[in-house]
Amino acid sequence: MSWFRKLVPSKIRTVGGSKRNVPEGLWVKCDKCSAVLYRSELDRNFDVCPKCSHHMRIGARRRLELFLDEGSQQEIGTGLEPVDILKFKDSKKYRDRLNSAQKTTGEKDALVVMRGSVEGVPLVAAAFDFGFMGGSMGSVVGERFVRGINSCLEEKVPLICFSASGGARMQEALFSLMQMAKTSAALTRLSAAGQPYISVLTDPTMGGVSASFAMLGDINIAEPRALIGFAGPRVIEQTVRETLPEGFQRSEFLLDHGAIDMIVDRREMREVVASLLAMLTGQSAPAA
Amino acid sequence: MNLNFLEFEQPIAELEAKIDELTYIGDDADVNINDEIAKLKAKSEALTESIFSGLTPWQISQLARHPQRPYTMDYIIRIFTDFHELHGDRCFADDRAIIGGVARLEGIAVMVIGHQKGRDTKEKLERNFGMPRPEGYRKALRLMNMAARFKLPILTFIDTPGAYPGIGAEERGQSEAIARNLFEMAELKTPVICTVIGEGGSGGALAIGVGDRTLMLQYSTYSVISPEGCASILWKSAEKAEDAAEALGITSTRLKELGLVDRIIGEPLGGAHRDVDAIAGNIKQALAEELGQLTTASIDDLLENRYQRLMAYGEFTER
Repeated sequence: MSWFRKLVPSKIRTVGGSKRNVPEGLWVKCDKCSAVLYRSELDRNFDVCPKCSHHMRIGARRRLELFLDEGSQQEIGTGLEPVDILKFKDSKKYRDRLNSAQKTTGEKDALVVMRGSVEGVPLVAAAFDFGFMGGSMGSVVGERFVRGINSCLEEKVPLICFSASGGARMQEALFSLMQMAKTSAALTRLSAAGQPYISVLTDPTMGGVSASFAMLGDINIAEPRALIGFAGPRVIEQTVRETLPEGFQRSEFLLDHGAIDMIVDRREMREVVASLLAMLTGQSAPAA
Repeated sequence: MNLNFLEFEQPIAELEAKIDELTYIGDDADVNINDEIAKLKAKSEALTESIFSGLTPWQISQLARHPQRPYTMDYIIRIFTDFHELHGDRCFADDRAIIGGVARLEGIAVMVIGHQKGRDTKEKLERNFGMPRPEGYRKALRLMNMAARFKLPILTFIDTPGAYPGIGAEERGQSEAIARNLFEMAELKTPVICTVIGEGGSGGALAIGVGDRTLMLQYSTYSVISPEGCASILWKSAEKAEDAAEALGITSTRLKELGLVDRIIGEPLGGAHRDVDAIAGNIKQALAEELGQLTTASIDDLLENRYQRLMAYGEFTER
């Protein structure tokens, strides 16, 4: 590199190794428009870029904190933990992957479920943590989802689920696949009990999660520009050997093709969901 | 190399070729070589037995997609009578990767639905290699709802690499089509028996796989992802498919141990394709027995048992 360094004018040279005096994490760069954003401003804006409205991925707990009324939360299925029944080992052991995911996210598994309320409307809300092994669905995710539904049935309240998942968890093999059947079957009881289910698809919702409860909402909502589909774009490209159309498998594409009811900005999600639920459950308009 | 035999079967193929040769000579020679042929036949059988007694999951997954393996239609013509194929989803198209229709099983009217693969290149394309598009799942659902309405038990045959990953399939809602089937199959008011006859490829298989009983042919597989797909994601190399097949536990014996499959239907020596009539007979017997048990329960009990069975899927700990 030394010959190159000599060519570069001194004013644009940076001195290697010396750290600038900026605290870590104070500034964030938008993945979409590359604008440099002030962290606390972004926090106040629901992790949506104030410049280009790009919806950044957020964790399960943050999602529920943004969505539910303050102080109303009560978590469901906290004692459930994943087990490595198959002693699955690829380049890494499943147990080690679990441990590292639990450490980085602080969650036991990829779905967090809470009882709570939104603008005073009581409900059960579930949210995926994409940071936990790509939000993949294994036995604990399936069981927590079902317990969320059981809680809806007991309390006679609606269900909201925020999906963000790559699909079924390979390390739990066929047990994961069966979670698709389990979660979808549980929704038949919710439907029979006349309680609404709103599915919110966020970036990304693919594979086994998309092909089960995420597409089964009485109302399907998506966040703007979220990637949503069954097969991943790369798999499709390899299969059909053609370039995928612009915007393929994005929320707007799904809306055009009739797969979802609406696209809602994260900053308006609470208001829209509360309004919809109040109508579906025969309550007067929520006090906004 | 004989293409009708898999790589691990080549020693058997060589013996069989020798037997064929001798039989051919024997026809016009004066010497009696029948003894020799009988000896070779016994040897071939012993060899097949020894090879098949120690198959690895990867070898079984190759058998499950053996080019000669019987497909749904091969079984339908042997197991049922009065089969009338019914076509179309009434919305978009008739997906030839799934076939369905009414038929009789030992006189009892039933609805039969299954994935269908093609045998030659032309039929393979027509059947899209057994990979359904949304209209295939919607046709299946239409037929299943019709079956429930007329109190016909539903028998499904699973044999697919997976749901088709294509642009049109996504545009028409592949995810929704699969999800809808999972939801509605959970509460179909008629017995449902699902039999994996070849490849049970993930969501594309499960979309006609929710019911009261799951049966598997001995050398079929059922998996959340193909061994090749899993290897390329987790091992970053499709070459590791053999390891992935082992780790995923995709074989009938492993899945029975894990409690995910109710019954294994034994295959003839060398696999289903060696004696299609025999395996069809085994399937017919298993279906008749399971159906006999299921039809004794009331519909309410049947649905409650199905629900509890679905809710029991999963392994976790609770503190």
